[in-house]
Amino acid sequence: MIAIPYLTALSTYFSYGLLFAFGQLRDFFRKIVDWWRASTLDGYAPICLGLEDFYIRRLYLRIQDCFGRPISSAPDAWFDVVERYSNDNNKTLKRTTKTSKCLNLGSYNYLGFAAADEYCTPRAIESLKKFAASTCSTRVDGGTTMLHTDLEECVARFVGKPAAVVFGMGYVTNSAILPILMGKGGLIISDSLNHNSIVNGARGSGATIRVFQHNTPSHLETVLREQIAEGQPRTHRPWKKIMVIVEGIYSMEGELCKLPEIVSICKKYKAYVYLDEAHSIGAVGKSGRGVCELLGVDTADVDVMMGTFTKSFGSCGGYIAGSKELVQYLKYTCPAHLYGTAISPPGAQQIISSIKVILGEDGSNRGAQKLARIRENSNFFRSELQKMGFEVLGDNDSPVMPIMLYNPAKIPAFSRECLRQKVAVVTVAFPATPLLLARARICISAAHTKEDLVKALEVCLSVCLGLPVIFLLKSPFFIHMFCF
Amino acid sequence: MQPAPLFCYFPAVLGTKREEGGIQIEVPRRRVLVPCQELAAAAALSSNCFRRYCLSESGRAELGKRDTYTNRKLGKGFSTMASYGLNMLNSTVNWVTQALDAPSARAVVFGVHIGGHYFVEGLLLVVILFLLSQKSYKPPKRPLSKKEIDELCDDWVPEPLIPSITKEMQYQPPVLESAAGPHVVINGKEVVNFATADYLGLVGHEKVQESCTAALEKYGVGSCGPRGFYGTIDLLPLDVHLDCESRISKFLGTPDSILYSYGLSTMFSAIPCFAKKGDVIVVDEGVHWGIQNGLHLSRSTIVYFKHNDMKSLHDTLENITADNKRAKKLRRYIVVESVYQNSGQIAPLDEIIKLKEKYRFRVFLDESNSFGVLGQSGRGLTEYCGVPVEKIDIITAAMGHALATEGGFCTGSTRVVDHQRLSSSGYVFSASLPPYLATAAITAIDMIEENPDLIKKLKRNISLLLKGLSNVEGLTLTSSPESPIVFLKLEQSTGSTKGDMEVLEEIAERALKEDSVFMVTSKRSILDKCRLPVGIRLFVSAGHTEADLTKASECLKRVSALVLKHRD
Repeated sequence: MIAIPYLTALSTYFSYGLLFAFGQLRDFFRKIVDWWRASTLDGYAPICLGLEDFYIRRLYLRIQDCFGRPISSAPDAWFDVVERYSNDNNKTLKRTTKTSKCLNLGSYNYLGFAAADEYCTPRAIESLKKFAASTCSTRVDGGTTMLHTDLEECVARFVGKPAAVVFGMGYVTNSAILPILMGKGGLIISDSLNHNSIVNGARGSGATIRVFQHNTPSHLETVLREQIAEGQPRTHRPWKKIMVIVEGIYSMEGELCKLPEIVSICKKYKAYVYLDEAHSIGAVGKSGRGVCELLGVDTADVDVMMGTFTKSFGSCGGYIAGSKELVQYLKYTCPAHLYGTAISPPGAQQIISSIKVILGEDGSNRGAQKLARIRENSNFFRSELQKMGFEVLGDNDSPVMPIMLYNPAKIPAFSRECLRQKVAVVTVAFPATPLLLARARICISAAHTKEDLVKALEVCLSVCLGLPVIFLLKSPFFIHMFCF
Repeated sequence: MQPAPLFCYFPAVLGTKREEGGIQIEVPRRRVLVPCQELAAAAALSSNCFRRYCLSESGRAELGKRDTYTNRKLGKGFSTMASYGLNMLNSTVNWVTQALDAPSARAVVFGVHIGGHYFVEGLLLVVILFLLSQKSYKPPKRPLSKKEIDELCDDWVPEPLIPSITKEMQYQPPVLESAAGPHVVINGKEVVNFATADYLGLVGHEKVQESCTAALEKYGVGSCGPRGFYGTIDLLPLDVHLDCESRISKFLGTPDSILYSYGLSTMFSAIPCFAKKGDVIVVDEGVHWGIQNGLHLSRSTIVYFKHNDMKSLHDTLENITADNKRAKKLRRYIVVESVYQNSGQIAPLDEIIKLKEKYRFRVFLDESNSFGVLGQSGRGLTEYCGVPVEKIDIITAAMGHALATEGGFCTGSTRVVDHQRLSSSGYVFSASLPPYLATAAITAIDMIEENPDLIKKLKRNISLLLKGLSNVEGLTLTSSPESPIVFLKLEQSTGSTKGDMEVLEEIAERALKEDSVFMVTSKRSILDKCRLPVGIRLFVSAGHTEADLTKASECLKRVSALVLKHRD
């Protein structure tokens, strides 16, 4: 858990309070102005309501330029960010034709497959020629090509499960699978920081949802014991089945899941394990097989393995790997399989080729190099950041590293200043994180060279020295600098 | 004048006198004749006074003489029973009175006369206080001990993760060995393809392929990030996300649009953005699962109306607005599909708009199967029904049909679109659409604008196929005449969806195997709440030749006759 310093919490609350107060003030005057005009609603209730809308209009729009920056090249180690300007205080942004070449610390391009690749891209284009860009049909109808069956075999083999089924989108994979596996009378125990797709999937399932403290196996055990003893709410009947849902690498925390402990607890209490490897598959482990390989967990102990292809593999879609029966059942009744367009053939080919590269089946050792590089890069960058005194979350080996910013004012300051110095970082604020815990997130790629990382570190430091950043005060580095 | 009850007079009785028909009582300023029965009743009620003016047999009141009235006869009307009862009552009263008149009860404390009732009340108070001071009764709380929980955990047996696999679950779809155009290769054999919603025959079209190849070479396959975090790719001359969005708006004539990376997620992300708990959504019962899921996630009040039935819609709207006084303050929506995936019917948009305006509802329209198909220039149902596009508040569509690419979009006013950029979960929390698919969409829209013949050809093909299928034995057409989804259901249902499905599956399978015509049944997930009959679906494409269409209708006629006859 993130322990937010008292003073920081206070100043953050104050900042948000101020923003809120000014927002309300502006809304108040807007209302007065609108009062003179005729209402445009004409008997309809306003379409956007409440705090959510207020947040967008009065808080998000102020720093809109830090998000959704268009790029005009592939999201490789360096990319071209399109410059934008605004004539109305950030309310709308206009694109220019000017671009600036920036170091990319934002994309999930863990293995560097995002750009055109010497092995994958020609094959993707070949399959485009053979199978076209889309099948225009669902998998059960006319959307299953040879590529799709190959891909499923390939994924199952790579993940280490008997069978797999692929879907056209990672988000849909979670949100359409969970309702099939769990239903009324079932219990889903979910990590408190699970991704929104899991949350929506769990909600859609109709099962009871309980949350355990983020990555805390002991609390998971407490919850499991309590729930098994209590049974279903009101009726106290025993639960039909219990599923524990965790992620391999938490995308906003950069933490590795404590999988061995969690799996042993689930085994003890006969709960099923659902592992979402969206960020970890391909990125960690000796041969890129994800957290199971990294942490030494037998894949047979994980009942449902889910992952996406949008990150390490540089493609689109998601998969579920599990027993043959599970996959067969999903193929029979899962809505994403029955109603969703099949994954695009070039996308499928990209996944097959990138897996081949990772496993060294392309006849080179590029895959192994990539894996070694990302591990090296991540550990180097993390340790350097920590040395500088940044509050960095996450575990070693994880390519995701958030730097805590907390105060809302630091979000645009950090992002804009980094961009000015040609480093593109991602800043994350509410609703993707809790309100108080805004952060900058850095995703390291195997495509980064050492010089790139050194430059990034220099920029991060200079930006932070320019900002009145409280979190630097504790740093030995900072004290060191003052001593000289 | 009715005499007042006797006991009213007792404190002031001066004398009594026996008269005929009762006893005459002398009270200050008047005399009253009281019937004997009433006297007895008064005696019972007002024992204290009665004791003081004890009545003798002669009827004279003897003041001050303490005597009990015994069972001597009081009058002729009294029965022995009554007098006996009275007697008992009186003796009890006397006993109590004596007890209360004891010197202790007659004490005067600080000028207050402590009567007998104070004593009793005091006693009661003590009892109440005593009871209150006692602990209230609660069942003893005994939490489960560690051992007991351990036992419960050991005893608990979960259900298997999935039910056991039955035969129908082992369905294997045919595997395509070529692009999903109007003709595909399955098992090494070329077949006519009616299973792909490639309405305009753009799958594998040269121009689309070219733009895709260029994009793949430049940008690779994936975008490796959500739209918010460097997943927005764009630069002239290769137009990607932002230009795709403006291209769609320009084509439809809407102010703005937003791209989603998957068709299925478009609806179920867009609906929860604008409808929350408490809002009212009126929806057709035949909508597809993507919409159903969106409705579920929105947690709004959902009211279904009969499939494509405007009277039912009218009644539903009337009921909602009439019943609910708060209805005006809630956000209200009508959700419809333009061409229903589950039945092939076209929604009568002009009537829906009339109703919408009358009852002040907003309209969500899913144009997945009509975009690029309906209307003179393929602008969808609004053009087909002659409704200005501004009247529809939110339009969504999947691009995996006529546009022959993937993903989806939502279009509407700037406010509607901008709101989704931060609130729509499928947009915020998902990687963006691969760049080459976005360029494919732009190229496809360009082609629709440049070649209006494509739509004309599609329309001709649809009518040709419908003509051929007008009298298929055992099957009835349910789809609308201009719908690109030709939907046939069984004339006589077997009684269950599963049974129907088996028959239809057999027809489709034999059509593929024997006649090389690839058509599909409408499959249902267990999560799908749609209860419309299942059927065979044929997706007509502009790429089909006349021979293909004749072949399909001939084949369907032959096979369905064979299968259904065999069934009978």
